[in-house]
Amino acid sequence: MTIDDIRSRIRTALPDAEVSVTDTTGGGDHFDATVVSSAFVGKGPVERHRMVYAALNDAIIGPSAPIHALALTTATPEEYQRK
Amino acid sequence: MTEDLRKRIADTIARGHVMLFMKGNPAMPQCGFSAAVVSILKQAGVAFESYNILADPELREGLKEYSSWPTFPQLYVDSKLVGGADIVRDLHEKGQLAQILGPNA
Repeated sequence: MTIDDIRSRIRTALPDAEVSVTDTTGGGDHFDATVVSSAFVGKGPVERHRMVYAALNDAIIGPSAPIHALALTTATPEEYQRK
Repeated sequence: MTEDLRKRIADTIARGHVMLFMKGNPAMPQCGFSAAVVSILKQAGVAFESYNILADPELREGLKEYSSWPTFPQLYVDSKLVGGADIVRDLHEKGQLAQILGPNA
């Protein structure tokens, strides 16, 4: 799994998303992602995470799934600007 | 998922007012994310129950489907999913966790 794979899958599910991904160990299996999308407006944190997880589901679930850990930060464009 | 497994999952989630599904146990977490949530709950001074999903592969896989949440740890309050490590950390930093965990937690 590469950073580009993750980014493109999230953007397929959330087309307006700004996605930044880092490979935290360099091993291609632990990632840190920040996703900024207007699709998160009015949604709580659990629902937002579920939307991102859904885009990556088969890469996270299962004994041979390539993603072992994914630290996720979500924000709407407005929330992101306030940071 | 079988009805038996679904019921077993629901019953397990309901074991504690604050219920943490984690890798390992609070004394010896087997994953950095699980350790982080245990540490935050201890800082918050709340009593919580935990379940070691590493010891129960059937429940581990079933819970991912049950909750539409593919990773662990998973923290529940009154059987409602609060989130995983990122969300718990975020709520803690914003000072909102205590309110979610409830006054008698």
